[in-house]
Amino acid sequence: MRLRCPICGERDVREFYYQGAAVMLERPAPDAGEAAWDDYLHLRENQPGDFEELWSHDAGCGAWLKVVRNTATHEVKSADLAAGGKG
Amino acid sequence: MADLIAKTPLDGMEVKTIGRVALVEVDLGVLTSIAPFAGQAKALGGAFKAAHGFAWPAPLRATGKAGARAIWFGKDTVMLAGPEPDAALNAYAAMTLQSDAWTSVTLTGADVKAVLARVVPVDVSAAHFKRGHSARTQIQHMNGSVTRIGADSFLLMVFRSMAGTLLHDLERAMESVASRG
Repeated sequence: MRLRCPICGERDVREFYYQGAAVMLERPAPDAGEAAWDDYLHLRENQPGDFEELWSHDAGCGAWLKVVRNTATHEVKSADLAAGGKG
Repeated sequence: MADLIAKTPLDGMEVKTIGRVALVEVDLGVLTSIAPFAGQAKALGGAFKAAHGFAWPAPLRATGKAGARAIWFGKDTVMLAGPEPDAALNAYAAMTLQSDAWTSVTLTGADVKAVLARVVPVDVSAAHFKRGHSARTQIQHMNGSVTRIGADSFLLMVFRSMAGTLLHDLERAMESVASRG
């Protein structure tokens, strides 16, 4: 599998570290309540298909990427900087 | 205070020539990572050029020449190798001295591309990776920096703690290429 880092270009997956669902970018407000924090920390849909996830380009530029990957076929649909912009 | 003697990571290793490739440890001088403060990247680029006389490198590039290089070193980071950073840059960027934290070698020779193809997962052929191009990538299993500094010459950098492994991995790759004649 290869990922196209917006900064470095297409690279082998060995350069990346997988973090998990990109929902981690949508942190609730500190006072959002128990239900919102429980959902944010623990509850995932876990459906097969297109999935937004976070990868770190550890062995490259170090950027966090928001990747859309189909979990059934491993097709990578997009990879953008989690921080936004083009780097 | 005692007069301490600084050792380079490979302890002044002699030039290793295997086949048609030579491995040389290099002392790049002062190494300073320069990371612009939020929103200051453009101002930093101008101040850097005014202070040091060569351009601030774009991503995946290196500028300057032997003795004074600026090597792109990751997202929003550049490594200045050689001169002390100008104090004027303090207004725009966080600067960290890293002189003794990196092992630096050059790999030079006719078969250098074949050797690198065994240890680096990016395409370093001249069509894609010209002089002044640089990449953060892996060198065998080590995170490092690869920069083309000449037609058949590359500068490789890994963490100082991995000097022995770098030497081992490069020697094996050089022997492997040489054995194929």
